[in-house]
Amino acid sequence: MNFGFSDEQELLRRQARDLLDRECPTARVRQLMEDELGHDPRMYARIAELGWTAIPFAEAHGGLGLGLVDLTVVLEEMGRHLLPSPFQSTVGLAGMTVAASGDAAQAARLLPSIVNGSAHATVALVEETGRWDAGGVRMAARRSGDAWLLQGEKLFVPDAQVATWMIVAARTADDPADGLTLLVVDTTAPGVAVRPLRSMDATRRMAAVGFDGVEVPGDAVLGEPGRGWATLRRGLDRAMVCLAGELTGTAQRVLEMSVDYAKVRQQFGRPIGAYQAVSHRCADMLVMTESARSLAYHAAWALDNDVPEASLAAAMAKAYASDAARTVASHGLQVHGGIGFTWEHDIHLYLKRAKWGEATLGDASHHRERVAQLLEL
Amino acid sequence: MDFSLSPEETRFRDEVRDWLRDNLDDRIREHVTGDDIEQRRAWQRRVHEAGFAGVSWPRELGGQGGTLMQEVIVNQEMAAARAPDLVNIIGLYMAGPTILAHGTPEQRARYIPPLLRADEIWCQGFSEPNSGSDLASLRTRAAIDGDDFVVSGQKVWTSFAHVARWCILLTRTDASETAHAGLTYLIVDMHSPGIEVRPLRQITGDAEFNEMYFTDVRVPRANLLGEVGGGWRVAMTTLMHERATLGVGLQVRARIALDALRALARETVVDGVPRSADPLVRQQIAQLSIEVEAMRLNGLRGLTKVLHGEQPGPEGSVNKLMWSELNQRIAETALDLLGPYATLAEGDERAPLGGRWAHGYLRSRANSIEGGTSEVLRNILAERVLGLPRSR
Repeated sequence: MNFGFSDEQELLRRQARDLLDRECPTARVRQLMEDELGHDPRMYARIAELGWTAIPFAEAHGGLGLGLVDLTVVLEEMGRHLLPSPFQSTVGLAGMTVAASGDAAQAARLLPSIVNGSAHATVALVEETGRWDAGGVRMAARRSGDAWLLQGEKLFVPDAQVATWMIVAARTADDPADGLTLLVVDTTAPGVAVRPLRSMDATRRMAAVGFDGVEVPGDAVLGEPGRGWATLRRGLDRAMVCLAGELTGTAQRVLEMSVDYAKVRQQFGRPIGAYQAVSHRCADMLVMTESARSLAYHAAWALDNDVPEASLAAAMAKAYASDAARTVASHGLQVHGGIGFTWEHDIHLYLKRAKWGEATLGDASHHRERVAQLLEL
Repeated sequence: MDFSLSPEETRFRDEVRDWLRDNLDDRIREHVTGDDIEQRRAWQRRVHEAGFAGVSWPRELGGQGGTLMQEVIVNQEMAAARAPDLVNIIGLYMAGPTILAHGTPEQRARYIPPLLRADEIWCQGFSEPNSGSDLASLRTRAAIDGDDFVVSGQKVWTSFAHVARWCILLTRTDASETAHAGLTYLIVDMHSPGIEVRPLRQITGDAEFNEMYFTDVRVPRANLLGEVGGGWRVAMTTLMHERATLGVGLQVRARIALDALRALARETVVDGVPRSADPLVRQQIAQLSIEVEAMRLNGLRGLTKVLHGEQPGPEGSVNKLMWSELNQRIAETALDLLGPYATLAEGDERAPLGGRWAHGYLRSRANSIEGGTSEVLRNILAERVLGLPRSR
C-alpha cells in the first residue's frame, strides 16, 4: 500500500509548476481571456514538446505509456494556474475516449497527432436538455449507403472552435440504455457550423455545433455502432478524473491565496486569520481540498489498474470535486471581503473556473445518483 | 502509487480473515460487549494468543514484532468483521504506545505484557471539570513528598475507571507554572487508597464514563513517565496515537454504519415504496458514501507518510474531524428515514431495530466533543497546518 507519488511524478509536478509559474501568471490568463483563439498555440507546442500530450498514450502511438495518475499530476497544476488550453478536451476527453475504446484502427489513425500536439480534439455529447447521459442524446445518425448523415445540434462542446475533429454521439437505435453510435467528424466537414457560446469562465471556451446534413464516412465509427454509450462511458470516466484533478489544483490555489491574505489583512487590530470565524473556514477549505485530491488520485489509479470499482471511484471523485472547488472558491471570496468582489482581484477567475468545472461532464447531483446506482441503493 | 496489498500482506490478511471466520460468531458479537468485563478480557486473550494484539510491538514484551501495515490490516479486518472492541482499548492505543515511547526498560517490562493479555486494564485521567479543550490548564496536584508524589484532584470522562488496574494521569507538580510547563505524567495504581470512582450517566442513559476523585493518593516515584515537569510532551504522544491509531478503526466503523444505513433505506418501506427510492435520500446517502471514502483515502495518505518513517502529524486531525461529523450525519439521516418511529426509545416494541438508531444518534452527539472537539481540531488545522495566527 502506497498513496504517494514516485520521484518521476514529483519531478513532473515540479516541471509543470515551474513552467506555468513562469509562462502562465494570471496576467497572461487575463490576456488570453480577451484573445479570439482563447489559448496560446506556442504554449501548446511547448507542452507537446515536453511530452505532456504523450503521457497516457501507448508507445505504439508515440506516447509515453504512462497513466492517468501522471496525467492528473499535470492537470492539477494546470487547474492551479487556470491555464486556458484545449489540453483537457484533447488529451483528457477525446484522446482518452479513443485510447479506452479498444478500437485499434481509430487509435492508430487519431492518437499520433494528439501525441505530437498537431491536432486538437473534443467530444460532442450534450444537447438542448443539458444531460450528460445516453438518454439525453436525441440527434440521430441515419444510414446513407456506407455513410452516416447527421442532422441536429450539440451544445457545450468544449474547445470546438480550435478542434481538428470531434467525437459526436448520435442516436442510431431506440434504446434508453445505449443505442448510440460514436462518429469521428472533421470540424471542417461541409455542414458543420461551430458557434461559440459566451462562457462565464472566459478561460474555458465552449461552442454550439450545428450539423446540417453532415455526411460521415462509414469508417469513421469509433468502437461498435449502437454501443457508443458503453465506449463513451469509459472515456468520460477518465475525463471526469482529469477534471477532478484540475479542480483540486484550482481549489488548492484559492486556499493558499486565502490563507496568505488572512495572515496579513488586519481588522480590529489583528490579522483576520486570528478570528476563528475566518480560520475555521480556512480549515474547512483544507479538508475539502485534501479530500478532493485523495479521491481524484485514487480514481486515477483505479482506472489505470482497471479495478472493479473504478467507475464508482471516478463518479465519487467528480461529485466531490464539483462541490469542493465551488465551495472553496466561494469561501475564498468571502475571506477576501470587498476586494474579492472586484474585477481587478483574481479570486473571481477561480470561482468562475470552479463553476465551469462543476457543471461540466455532469455535476455533483448527477454523479451522486450514479454513485447510488453503483452502490445498488 | 499502489492501493493493493503486497503478496505477503495479502497472505497476512487472509490469515486474519481465516482466524476471524473460525473464532468469531454472532454470539460473541452480541455478548462480548458493555459491562461484561470478564468475557471481554477472555476475547482479548484469544486475540493476543492468535498474535493479533500488539502486532507491531516488540516480541520480548509480548508483541509480534510485525510491521505497522500488519497492525493496520488487523484493525481493518477486526472492524470489518464487526469483532468486539478489545477491552484494553486505552492500554493498546494510548497508554501502551506512550510507555513504549517514553518508558524506562523496567516500566516497559512491567506494564506491557499484562496490558496485552488484558490481565491489567488501563484508563486515562486527562480531562477535568474545568479543563476540557484547554487541557493544559488542569489543576490535579501532585506534590513531591520524599520518594512519592501525593495526588489530589478530580478527573472526568474516564472510561473503564471502575475496572482498571492502572491510570495514565496528567498532573500539575509545579503550581507556580501555568499551562504546559509544570505538568507531570504519572502511572497510578487504581487500587491505591484515596481514589473514588463514580459512574457518570450520559444522555443515552448508559454510563460508559466515570468521574474520579483523588484524595492524597501516594504514587511512588518509579511510576513517573518522562520527567517531572515534562508531562505535556508525553501527553502529546498519547493524543497523537489516539487520533492516528484509532483513525484506522474509525474509518471502518463509519463504513459499517453506512452499510447499515443503506440497508435501513432499502428495508424501510412506506406505502410499498422503499425509502431508498426517494431521490433526496439517494443523494444524501451517496454523499455520505463519498465522504466516508474520502476519509479512508485521506487516512491512507497519512499512513503512507508514517510507513515511510515520518511521525503522524497534525493533519491526522482531519480524519477525526471528518469522522465525528460524518458519524453524526449518518445517524441523523437514519432518523430522518424513520419519520416518527425515530422518536421511539429502546424498549418500545415498535422501535425499529430495538431503538438502535435512536441510541446511536444520541451517542453520536459526543463524537464531535470526545478526543478533541471539532473546534479544537479546526484550530490545530488552521494554526499548525495552515500557519494562521493563534486565536488566543
